[in-house]
Amino acid sequence: MEVIKRIRPHRGANLNIKGKAEKRLENTTSATTFALNPDDFFGTIPKLICKEGAQVEAGTPIFFSKKNPDIKFVSPVSGTITAIERGPKRKIERICISASKTQKSVSHSVQGWEKIDREQLKALLMESGNWPFIHQRPYGIIANPNDTPKAIFVNTVKTNPLSEDLRFVLKDDQKEFQLGIDLLNKLVDQPIFLGTDKVQMGYFQTVEGVQYYTVEGPHPAGNLSLHIQNITPLNMGERVWTVNAEDVANLGRFISTGTFSPQRTIAVSGNAVDNPVYFKTLIGSALAPFLEKAGLNQEYVRIINGDVLTGAQADLSGYLGFYNNLVSVIPEGNNYRMFGWLPFKDNNILSLSNTSFSRLFNRKGFDVDTNLNGEERALVVTGEMEKIFPLEIYPMQLIKACMIEDIEKMEALGIYEVVPEDFGLVEYANTSKLEAQEIIRQGIELMINEVG
Amino acid sequence: MNFLRKSLDNLKKPFGKGQKFEKFAPAINAFDTFLFVPNHTTKKGAHIRDAVDLKRTMVTVIIALLPALIYGIYNTGYQYYIQTAAPFTFLDAFIHGAWKIVPMIIVSYVVGLSIEFGFAVYRGHEVNEGYLVTGLLIPMIMPVDIPLWMVGISTAFAVLVAKEAFGGTGMNILNPALTARAFAFFAYPTYMSGNKVWVSEAGNVDAISGETILGTLAAGGEVNYSMMEMFQGSIPGSIAETSTLFVAVGALILILTGVGSWRIITGGILGAAVMGLLFNLWGANELMSFSWMNHLVVGGFAFGIVFMATDPVSAAQTTKGKWIYGFLVGIFCIMIRVFNPAYPEGVMLAILLMNVFAPTIDHYVVNGNIKKRKKRWAAATQELKTA
Repeated sequence: MEVIKRIRPHRGANLNIKGKAEKRLENTTSATTFALNPDDFFGTIPKLICKEGAQVEAGTPIFFSKKNPDIKFVSPVSGTITAIERGPKRKIERICISASKTQKSVSHSVQGWEKIDREQLKALLMESGNWPFIHQRPYGIIANPNDTPKAIFVNTVKTNPLSEDLRFVLKDDQKEFQLGIDLLNKLVDQPIFLGTDKVQMGYFQTVEGVQYYTVEGPHPAGNLSLHIQNITPLNMGERVWTVNAEDVANLGRFISTGTFSPQRTIAVSGNAVDNPVYFKTLIGSALAPFLEKAGLNQEYVRIINGDVLTGAQADLSGYLGFYNNLVSVIPEGNNYRMFGWLPFKDNNILSLSNTSFSRLFNRKGFDVDTNLNGEERALVVTGEMEKIFPLEIYPMQLIKACMIEDIEKMEALGIYEVVPEDFGLVEYANTSKLEAQEIIRQGIELMINEVG
Repeated sequence: MNFLRKSLDNLKKPFGKGQKFEKFAPAINAFDTFLFVPNHTTKKGAHIRDAVDLKRTMVTVIIALLPALIYGIYNTGYQYYIQTAAPFTFLDAFIHGAWKIVPMIIVSYVVGLSIEFGFAVYRGHEVNEGYLVTGLLIPMIMPVDIPLWMVGISTAFAVLVAKEAFGGTGMNILNPALTARAFAFFAYPTYMSGNKVWVSEAGNVDAISGETILGTLAAGGEVNYSMMEMFQGSIPGSIAETSTLFVAVGALILILTGVGSWRIITGGILGAAVMGLLFNLWGANELMSFSWMNHLVVGGFAFGIVFMATDPVSAAQTTKGKWIYGFLVGIFCIMIRVFNPAYPEGVMLAILLMNVFAPTIDHYVVNGNIKKRKKRWAAATQELKTA
């Protein structure tokens, strides 16, 4: 294999948190309730197809995207839609499905898929519920099937805190992964870039039909924005598609069987978990059985779909998100600390700042909690974002441009090249407790509405 | 601790949401968060947060200021006693200094914080910690004998005009502490310059010669202090700026904790050294031929570049910009000293001037990034056309 690029940023930081999942697949009774959360699909307005009480099979479309009605979102299991939970302004928050004993799946004809033309293939993926696996940059939204991207990126290196090991997640799916790559190659003529670890590539180094790049370095080295900027930076009007590694295997499984594959291998991790391990389950599964099996050692915990920097909050009766391979559980930190603002006090709290000895004293890892460790303040300190932000973008200037909704400036400063998760570490380290990701998300929403 | 927490919670009840004194919540919160880091948890975005907050950052700056302040207090007494030729001990000098300076600190904090609290309540945001540093800096850069009411008025002017008028902490263009000094300097020049203001009680003692070194030089006089004395700081001057040694200790604290920008400090020293060296080569008058090394240790240059120029809000914010900003502060400081004998100390005006230009520096640095991106876009569309 030939490596086209080695990505090794210097700016960044690894957060050494206790509770990384052991590489062991634990068995547990499978969940009986499932749910889809439309919020997982940023930028998509859902239009329901099924009503409450309807019987569905695995692969039955439940809702579609208002913007592009061809993009369907399907049920991961067969059963009954028990509830459609709505929030303010009747916004759909959750579609709950209770699984039936016998599982039936919607079957699509995939015979001779190598031969059918591109448009038919796209239609097949959209109809079968596989299209949401494909994202686009800019904005990090579900890809528009009418676009021609200049590349597809698949990344197998994660650097976020407590990150799952995708080599372990996909260890038994070599055939499906290759099939998925073949399918993507059918979708576009443009190259597919596969990001791998520098040393331990696993079977990824034998995958055909891709161009390789390697990734090493501190978080956010594993973020796709950095890879794209390094390999083929996004210019105005250009599109790049991205697919999560496990979803490449899911696509491969679909194209070989004809049924939608909602497989998810999740790492249940975090310092509130007794035995952090991996589980195999399906998209949208209830989290309770896994949390029970892994065991929680705290009374008040926060359950996060994703990693501690960028994930979405769930609860004990919550459900697995559509895209994440990681479920983090950490204790809630609603406690007071007397004189906690004194420099070099409370060195047990993870800090990237030199006003604490924490990194000196806790080499084995940190117990983290959700305390804000201060209050939101005006932006005063400068230079701290740049230190941990490897993209060639001025992070504070971009955040400020988003705050004042200056579209021209946002464009010029590189809004097309980022997604909110790139600012996770910035948000963590920020002295003023700025909600950087939310600001960027709103900025991106503005861009979608105004520019498209 | 639990008892204290409970009584605080009880005390805060009338300030809660929908209660009688809700409007004044920022004021009581300021005291509460001083005792306890609150129990707030993350709501949106990153679920864990760094232990550092603005309070910790500002307190680090105060710790860095303490060596210079303590030496300043001692030096105030020392200058007084050696001029009156009375026998004295270390403690005598310290007590004399404290008797002069502690009231100034109290006035500065009371006036400044009252205004800050008032604005926090009026605007409905929490009290920002920035003033903890400003309030200590203001007395530290004043001459010792300035009347307390002038300290009060300068402070009020600085907080109102330099800070709150622009939107409060984080929005100001000029460094508030320096604005206070500049206000006093131009409003009450007789109390801020000359040869009678730098030594405590100098006005009451006839024989005193309390000229600063730069003042002496500007008047064409001879300097009777050794470089060691200038470095250690046993010379007349504003309260806490005389000792380059203890300012350097503060600089070390700021740089090691990452709170102060080492780029600005290094850039400033480089700029001043280069400018001093150039003037040394020229050597047309006393100030020009004053050795560039001495330029670095006399006057307020060291204090200014370490504690004032590094104020992150009023300084340049980009990495490259910080170098340029620091370097220019150094250059202008020495230039003002040499070319303008009416202002023998140039660092105040140099920093204020560069404060005004810092956004311009940043603008050009950031524009570099923008231009690069636009060039890439243009190249891409060109490629598309030819393809």
